[in-house]
Amino acid sequence: MTVLTLMRVIALAAAVQVGVPAAMAAAPEPYDPWPGLVQDIFNSRPMLDGAGIIAIEMPVRAEDAAIVPVTLRTTLPPGDGRRVRAITLVIDQNPAPMAGRFELGPESTVSEISTRVRVNSYTDVHAVAELSDGQLYMSKIFVKASGGCSAPAAKNAEEAKGKLGQIRFRQFAKAGDSASSGLREAQVMIGHPNNSGLQMDQVTHLYVPPFFINEMRVWQDDSLLFAVEGGISISEDPNIRFSYLPQGAKRYRVEAKDTEGHIFQGEWKAETSGM
Amino acid sequence: MIARMLRAIFAVLSIASTVQAQQSDPPLPVSEIAPGVYVHFGAVELMTRSNEGGIANIGFIIGNDAVAAIDTGGSVREGRRLLQAIRSRTDRPVRYVINTHGHPDHVFGNAAFGSYAATFVGHKNLPQALATRGPFYLESFRRLIGDELMAEVRLIEPTVLVDNEMTLDLGGRTLTLKAWPTAHSDSDLTVLDGTTGTLFGGDLVFSGHIPIIDGSLRRWLTMLDPLAALPARQVVPGHGPIGAWPGALDDERRYLQTLSADVRTSVSRGAPLKSATETAGAAEKSRWQLFDDYNARNATAAYSEIEWE
Repeated sequence: MTVLTLMRVIALAAAVQVGVPAAMAAAPEPYDPWPGLVQDIFNSRPMLDGAGIIAIEMPVRAEDAAIVPVTLRTTLPPGDGRRVRAITLVIDQNPAPMAGRFELGPESTVSEISTRVRVNSYTDVHAVAELSDGQLYMSKIFVKASGGCSAPAAKNAEEAKGKLGQIRFRQFAKAGDSASSGLREAQVMIGHPNNSGLQMDQVTHLYVPPFFINEMRVWQDDSLLFAVEGGISISEDPNIRFSYLPQGAKRYRVEAKDTEGHIFQGEWKAETSGM
Repeated sequence: MIARMLRAIFAVLSIASTVQAQQSDPPLPVSEIAPGVYVHFGAVELMTRSNEGGIANIGFIIGNDAVAAIDTGGSVREGRRLLQAIRSRTDRPVRYVINTHGHPDHVFGNAAFGSYAATFVGHKNLPQALATRGPFYLESFRRLIGDELMAEVRLIEPTVLVDNEMTLDLGGRTLTLKAWPTAHSDSDLTVLDGTTGTLFGGDLVFSGHIPIIDGSLRRWLTMLDPLAALPARQVVPGHGPIGAWPGALDDERRYLQTLSADVRTSVSRGAPLKSATETAGAAEKSRWQLFDDYNARNATAAYSEIEWE
């Protein structure tokens, strides 16, 4: 350290003393976890620019830290013969950054997936689409953590227990472009605390073991629409809404599993009405 | 060598600043809103460095034998200033520190009372709420109010827990504490001073400041009637000016009902979460301070609850 930097540090310390906000005085560049995440999650495979292939939508500021909506949308240019094999959602600064991996079935027509996540901090959120030729395309968005007393934790632990295991499926006409595209939407809801395991039990003073939905599969008749590998960054009562082409299917089936091996499943007849 | 020098400089500066802070913390300005009942009105703002986290209404009640503090503010400095305000009015001991719930603006000042013989009192869910959320709050509020104020903050759990109802005797004056089911939060507690009919509503009652939902909108709505039935004359809301009881609940009731109805309509139409939060409660916008800071958040919480009906 040179004398000059030393003097600067002393000046900064003095500035802090007279009330200059600490963030202005000494804001170190926050550590960027993304390169390490590319290594861990994607085995250091190259990332191509996802513009025009994979889009991610989230509010600029998380309103409720426990329930932040995110939408992932894939589009392939006309004539591109590849298909989307999987979409991975990564919330860089969360305790468990790999929020979810959505693997699309070979015949899947799913082009848009929305879910809700916990956001702990100011963070980049990355969406990575893997195409059938093995190429990875990445898009990202920066999300500010919510302010105030909002926390990425259960609001009503007692009620959550009552909902455990309930599973619901709703079908909708896709707003806007349904007439031309024939797209519809559906939503899977599973009542589950999706506990992070980062909390201490007040009675036993032991950490509550993580307890979350780690697998979900959704079928259109016998064809897999998508499979989800989920983690603790997915909000309580995991909720996935997706768009698809009905293709004359008669029924939809959902099966999910949590980390304790409970199985949640249901089957619903296809609706054709606008809802 | 230089590192050691730096450490020394920092050490001197930080000792100087602590001593300076403790000696110069002036008593919080408080109003005596009823005989022996004092309130400091927090700024109707978000917690920031410049307001030092002082956004909640906090106060104290003096009995013949002892004093009870009700919430301690958003920083230990605010808690110390509350203690100074108490000390400038009475030398009776602070026997109880009551927390109306676990949010930072109400409990971050607890440590100012930690070295006294005070007993901390709270809802039976408060220890769990602090354990679950505390570590996150300790981290995330550094960004909002700064490292300096946060450095002193300690989460102090209540040792006396209120399951349903409890009375505290301050000598010639009885406080009735009531623990509520999840509404604003999952650890809401109200304090009623029987002598003057003054209710400290905590954040079950908002006035002027938009209500914040961090618990259950549906339960909160069902709690409003039993809350209104409390035999009080006036209320100190968690945020905003005091009001007559139970009329002071009217605006909050209207907001919560409007939000609930709007969200229910969106859910039944199949509108996704994000679009619902952009429209729900819009008619209330001009009626509340901090609407833009909290309404979408409230709608988000409401949606995730109402969609399970």
